[in-house]
Amino acid sequence: MSLVPETDFGTKAVHSDKTVTVTIDGQRIAVPEGTSIMRAAMELGTKIPKLCATDTLDAFGSCRLCLVEIEGRAGTPASCTTPCAPNMVVHTQTPRLKQLRNGVMELYISDHPLDCLTCAANGDCELQEMAGAVGLREVRYGQDGANHVSARTGGCDNHHYKAKDTSNPYFTYDPAKCIVCNRCVRACQEVQGTFALTISGRGFESRVSPGMDEPFMESECVSCGACVQACPTATLTEKKVIEIGQPEHSVVTTCAYCGVGCTFKAEMRGQELVRMVPWKDGKANRGHSCVKGRFAWGYSTHRDRILKPMIREKITDPWREVSWDEALLRVANEFRRIQGQYGKKAVGGITSSRCTNEEVWLVQKLIRAGFGTNNVDTCARVCHSPTGYGLATAYGTSAGTQDFDSIDQADVIVIIGANPTDGHPVVGSKLKRRIREGARLIVIDPRRIDIVETPHVKADYHLALQPGTNVAILTSMAHVIVTEGLANEAFIAERCDIEEYREWAAFVSDMRYSPETISPLTGVPARLIRDAARLYATGGNAAIYYGLGVTEHSQGSTTVMAIANLAMATGNIGRPGVGVNPLRGQNNVQGSCDMGSFPHELPGYRHISNDAVRKSFEDAWATTLDSEPGLRIPNMLDAAVEGSFKAIYIQGEDILQSDPDQTHVAAGLAAMECVVVQDLFLNETANYAHVFLPGSTFLEKDGTFTNAERRIQRVRKVMEPKNGKADWEVTQALARTFGLDWNYAHPSEIMEEVAALTPSFAGVTYEKLDAVGSVQWPCNEEHPEGSPIMHVDRFVRGKGHFVLTEYIPTEERTGPRFPLLLTTGRILSQYNVGAQTRRTENVLWHQEDMLEIHPHDAEQRGVKDGDWVKIQSRAGEIALRAEITDRVAPGVVYTTFHHPLTRANVVTTDFSDWATNCPEYKVTAVQVSPSNGPLQNQLEYEAFSRESRRIAPAAE
Amino acid sequence: MSSSKLVTMANQIALAFQAQGEERALPQIRAHVEKFWDPRMREGLRVHLSQGGDGLDPLALRALAD
Repeated sequence: MSLVPETDFGTKAVHSDKTVTVTIDGQRIAVPEGTSIMRAAMELGTKIPKLCATDTLDAFGSCRLCLVEIEGRAGTPASCTTPCAPNMVVHTQTPRLKQLRNGVMELYISDHPLDCLTCAANGDCELQEMAGAVGLREVRYGQDGANHVSARTGGCDNHHYKAKDTSNPYFTYDPAKCIVCNRCVRACQEVQGTFALTISGRGFESRVSPGMDEPFMESECVSCGACVQACPTATLTEKKVIEIGQPEHSVVTTCAYCGVGCTFKAEMRGQELVRMVPWKDGKANRGHSCVKGRFAWGYSTHRDRILKPMIREKITDPWREVSWDEALLRVANEFRRIQGQYGKKAVGGITSSRCTNEEVWLVQKLIRAGFGTNNVDTCARVCHSPTGYGLATAYGTSAGTQDFDSIDQADVIVIIGANPTDGHPVVGSKLKRRIREGARLIVIDPRRIDIVETPHVKADYHLALQPGTNVAILTSMAHVIVTEGLANEAFIAERCDIEEYREWAAFVSDMRYSPETISPLTGVPARLIRDAARLYATGGNAAIYYGLGVTEHSQGSTTVMAIANLAMATGNIGRPGVGVNPLRGQNNVQGSCDMGSFPHELPGYRHISNDAVRKSFEDAWATTLDSEPGLRIPNMLDAAVEGSFKAIYIQGEDILQSDPDQTHVAAGLAAMECVVVQDLFLNETANYAHVFLPGSTFLEKDGTFTNAERRIQRVRKVMEPKNGKADWEVTQALARTFGLDWNYAHPSEIMEEVAALTPSFAGVTYEKLDAVGSVQWPCNEEHPEGSPIMHVDRFVRGKGHFVLTEYIPTEERTGPRFPLLLTTGRILSQYNVGAQTRRTENVLWHQEDMLEIHPHDAEQRGVKDGDWVKIQSRAGEIALRAEITDRVAPGVVYTTFHHPLTRANVVTTDFSDWATNCPEYKVTAVQVSPSNGPLQNQLEYEAFSRESRRIAPAAE
Repeated sequence: MSSSKLVTMANQIALAFQAQGEERALPQIRAHVEKFWDPRMREGLRVHLSQGGDGLDPLALRALAD
């Protein structure tokens, strides 16, 4: 094995209909008009020396190494900033160029340490490579003049010298090694869009400066690592590279955090992971990443990982390590006993949206074919199930309509109930880039999230609505579009059911949805609603990006359909730059839904009552399947409390921490007789488990993930599973213990079964994925290369379906006892329940869940910044510390749920979406009051949790 | 399953379809429950209906009682 090669063409590819032909060193080449000489040369295989150029950034022309001579032109222009012109004749190597480059290089090296042998970049240093390329043999100036290298020079302190900044946990900044090529500064601006870096000073004083010349950790830096990747020297270096050394081989794989689905090169030394480098050819991320994907993978070797199966009789007993056979047999025996005693439908399972498609497929197959019940569900229940329902109803498919590259053609971007710069950072950066290029921005969110105003990005309209009023706002926007004659009637006539449209138009035109009526309800000025609607309808390509702020409501499904209505009414569907785009939460939540994780649906979103579909599975699996829908997660817990649901197999999901109304979840789990948890760590749910099956990380298995753009990408094994088995092997072993004759030798064989039984995956094979990198479903005979954009000529369901979206306020209301509204979410550095990210240095950015509260509400309650406060709802109460900020409106408070001891979900209620039971995390009526510290229930839980994680010493 | 939860859920479903008018709403309410509720939930609701359907919205009552 070797490192996956990536060619750096020096400057970006240019798209143009015109081509120009040039001659470089005697070779002729035709390139798109606007292509740089540097890139054209590289396409011929000629590497012109360069330092400040790299093809992920705009050309800059500062290093003066890439000079060329052009016949008929004076001087020696930089090849990175000079575009090819017709019939240009270029020479990249002449006596004059050689001398110039040598002189430039000599100057660079005269102010650079010569510790190459012990330098972390040794083997991966562009400066060293260029010194070699230009034939530098001596530095006539010596090293003793003015320099940035030595702490002391000429017997005095060197005021040019700056010590190494090691404040960031993942990389170091060593100014002594900096050649001021600006690549890091430009990466921070152009790729990430944070603008945390700049060059301070001029001339010889020029230095890379995080923030206002602060340490990285004190600056605005979000630690995405784009600067580290861009650095040609050891100035910005991963601490892991410093610790381990240069990698010797790499494997392309897909990130296991968030629904963006970034692809990375896992750069390895043996089986030790050295670093994750985002892959330029990754179609979801185009070479970018965030702090989680690039850096937060230390959990994979964390000492907390459980590597041996464990069982216990009662949840008050300590765990006992046992063999795989004993653990699996315990599960089979218990499940059989329970089904014998309480009936077939007394058991069920939860598939993991953090696991691969193949693993999800096996878990739902085990539950349906092995347990003989449809009691299977997945975390999408608590996040995007309303997307599945809403988009299937309106358009005919349960997924987003675009690829991420579509953002590059959007003119108006609408972000509703999503915080992309935190939750989906790479998409956030892409959105910000497009906005910097001139796209307009509408944000509909109760909080002033970062993208509302951030360097060089400002929302045209921020509709800071009261939590729970999405349907009112969106239907009111529809009112404006229809009553002001802004609907795209040609599109509607061609693509939608026109009768339904007319009925819907009359419905939204009613005065009860006029912005003036809706304004007092939502807290959004009528003018803003009108302006936002007009811009969306008339601003060109308009694209909606939305998140859990849309779905996690009593009316989540209705909101999704209201969004679908807006896109249809304005014709913003079926081409690049437009569409309806759910930002999916977990890495494979799209895939887990596709793979049949819902209790009413077989893989490919086909209802379980469909006899023909069911028969295809029955024939393939040689079994009979139940034709009735099974229980959804909240229903399972309700049924458990009532005694009709007794055993559960949970793969890679921590429902005790992540699901709402934690007291009820705990009661449900406690009522079960056999809880089986398969996970990397003893998670919170495992506190109630009887059997623990150790899981494996994404680095330890083969498979596929499907991201929010329906993109199916390979996950490739880079190291042996520390627990001995990949998760699909654990499920297979469990199935065999249940007497099922499963013999998959490799996940590719599971994908063959998926393709054979699921029409939208019919064309997917590992060979195809290896050949083309990734495909977006549907991938079948009709779309052999997949489908970047959906509903191009017609909606999948035929005619687009307008749904009447009546605003029905949630029953969760504020009142004298609970006057504030709590909404919950996540932040950049942590992921979901935090089981992975809390076991990395990411805790330096977020050590505890905080309660964001407006200064007005805080003052009324005598709460100061950092004080402990109690937050109380009708479901329960917890205490945490307050962060006073006007990001939240008066009357609204906000927290995250990343830390188990906070128990944020003790406060959230059991209200849920009418169609899917997706919980209403985003609206809880609460009261906030000062507190002395954690509450009794939190202390008790901490003690219980500690007690529950005891592992008995192994018996001989 | 506790009838109060089932009643809440059934009422939410009924309200969501109400805007379409009773004639179109009734079969859709029924179909939604058929399509997404596990049999024990449907049975729970049936038992509750047989005891008078206390707390059910009139539309839900008309859609689900038969």
